[in-house]
Amino acid sequence: MDVGFWLFQTLNALQLSMLLFLLSVGLTVIFGLMHFVNLAHGSLYALGAYVAASTAGVVGYWGAFFLAPIAVAAIGFVLYALMIRRMRKSGPMAQVLVTFGLIFVLLDLTRIIWGDLALGIQLPPLLSGRISLGSLEYPIYRMFIIALGLAVFAALALVLGRTQIGAMIRAGVDNDAMAACLGINVEKLFFAVFCVGCALAGLAGVIAAPILSVTPDMGLQILIPTLIVIVIGGLGSLKGAFAGSLIYGFVQTFGAVLLPSFASVIVYALLAVVLVIRPTGLFPAKA
Amino acid sequence: MKKLTQTAVAALIATLGTSAVTSANAEDIKVGLLLPYSGVYAALGNEIEAGFRLGLETFGGETTDTFEIVTEDTEVKPPVALGKAKKLVLQDEVDVLVGIVSSGVLGAVRDFVDGAKVPLIVANAGNDEATGASCSAYITRLSFSNGQVNRPMGTHLYEQGVRKVFTMAPDYAAGRQMIGAFAESFTAAGGEIVGQDWTPFQKTQDFGPYMANAKASGADAVYVFYAGGEAISFVKQYDSFGLKADLPLYGAGFLTSPLYVNAQGPAAIGVIAALHYVPTIENDANKVFVEAFSAANGRSPSEFAVHGYDAARALVLASAGGANDGEALAAALSKTSFDGPRGATSIDPATNNIVQPIYVYETVANENGEGLTQKILATLPATPDAANGCTLGG
Repeated sequence: MDVGFWLFQTLNALQLSMLLFLLSVGLTVIFGLMHFVNLAHGSLYALGAYVAASTAGVVGYWGAFFLAPIAVAAIGFVLYALMIRRMRKSGPMAQVLVTFGLIFVLLDLTRIIWGDLALGIQLPPLLSGRISLGSLEYPIYRMFIIALGLAVFAALALVLGRTQIGAMIRAGVDNDAMAACLGINVEKLFFAVFCVGCALAGLAGVIAAPILSVTPDMGLQILIPTLIVIVIGGLGSLKGAFAGSLIYGFVQTFGAVLLPSFASVIVYALLAVVLVIRPTGLFPAKA
Repeated sequence: MKKLTQTAVAALIATLGTSAVTSANAEDIKVGLLLPYSGVYAALGNEIEAGFRLGLETFGGETTDTFEIVTEDTEVKPPVALGKAKKLVLQDEVDVLVGIVSSGVLGAVRDFVDGAKVPLIVANAGNDEATGASCSAYITRLSFSNGQVNRPMGTHLYEQGVRKVFTMAPDYAAGRQMIGAFAESFTAAGGEIVGQDWTPFQKTQDFGPYMANAKASGADAVYVFYAGGEAISFVKQYDSFGLKADLPLYGAGFLTSPLYVNAQGPAAIGVIAALHYVPTIENDANKVFVEAFSAANGRSPSEFAVHGYDAARALVLASAGGANDGEALAAALSKTSFDGPRGATSIDPATNNIVQPIYVYETVANENGEGLTQKILATLPATPDAANGCTLGG
């Protein structure tokens, strides 16, 4: 176990973290702002991957890279208009049930449209291959995922922390009734944030597609890790989603190589510890 | 729609049967297809059914009996599958059950099928015990056993000059059996297993963390078992980390199955694996099968399709021999023998498991530059599995 090993695994951990960050940030901000638990968030990620897999053949990887988030945001728009707006005031239990049902509806829709056979998508030439870091060779594409995750984090931090719209969102998260009294159109804000969250899930889908297999149940598989991330990080905050993703990524990656026999339980153990010590997560939006 | 097609096919087969031969003792045999149509193995269920229906269409004329198919979805859940098996036997009163993809499901229905004395043709599930310690006179396997596919590969790799191997597989019964059979014959031949990783089953999508272990192990080659979505992710990631050049990738042939090799793309080129069927096997029966299957489905058949196809053929043969009730069918099935797409295929009456050659193949780019194909490197002779506690042979 030399330096190369630790660097290699650190990069693996970062790559997993950034993928989870793209998913969890949308989910957590939607939750923080709307108090709405969207369990179908993972299905939107799967839809992103499927849209990418079926359009990459026509418009190329980069076309799919931009198209998939837009398509998923459009699906989010439809979901919002048809269901989620009506469910806003119906309480968490009904929301959980409805979005849980939505998982299976979307799952079967993907199976009807794309079939049960797994799909694949090839890397663009620019991002295939490896770069060497001293003694170590690491896939360029995974570096790209890390860079993209960090860039999205920086952009979101800038928007939320330094712009007027960010201030409005933070106000909405803190106290939506008061924000509405101050003249902020909270409903419109919710809608915009929901669509951005969906687009980020779609983005996660398109960047995951070339390294994972695109299967109907990929949305279900990613849902549990995403929920763990936001519970560890604390609901509703960008910082929480980022920290939670990093913790999950590192624990999962190093757990798998250093304690292989505990690989599948170690993250759940961590979740239990966090819930005991900090029941609201590490960085909850409302202290 | 599906119901409609089913009725249409049943009617077609019925008319074919009656018009061909007007025999007094023609019977209607009711077949219960017990396959996953939802869940992670849905693609396999559909593939096996396509193969089975094609097999009945192709060989149905050889018997005067007619076949009627009832399908049920196991959802890959053992308790659900047991309920569906009971429904097929008790309510639909099927004469024979065909299917079962997951070994867990096979374990769950085994006692019921054995007790009800309804013959079951296993069309996928490969757990060694099903034709070992918990074998049954009513369960005949037309697919493969986990040990059978991997055992010859241990000796073969050693003969190819590979001395040190690192193994990887999902941490569940089939993974352990596949790798165990390989490791046993590989070490018996003189090779050394320098390391093993067991990844959490169906929870691992990123194999990146494990790649370092394989690389650092000092092995000559890596031998793995992965199937389905995991196989796609694994092969792509193995290639993206650049391991394929220094550390050739070998495995149980499900790794680069024709069913999903296209999703793997160029990453699968050069992977060498062992399997009981690939569409490029050269014999007349396979030529007929590949042509008919490709015409109906628009792509080459996989090993799963051949399981269904051969299951149908075994059933037709048993019925042509005069068997049309449970007891007689079970007895006839365990004496099955024919030259099929996989070459000489027979059932070993001592275990009711299939005996078939194993093909070592390399995934290569198609000559016309489009897609991938399987180049057969060696054919390893068929050897029956040891009885492993099965007492059918007396």
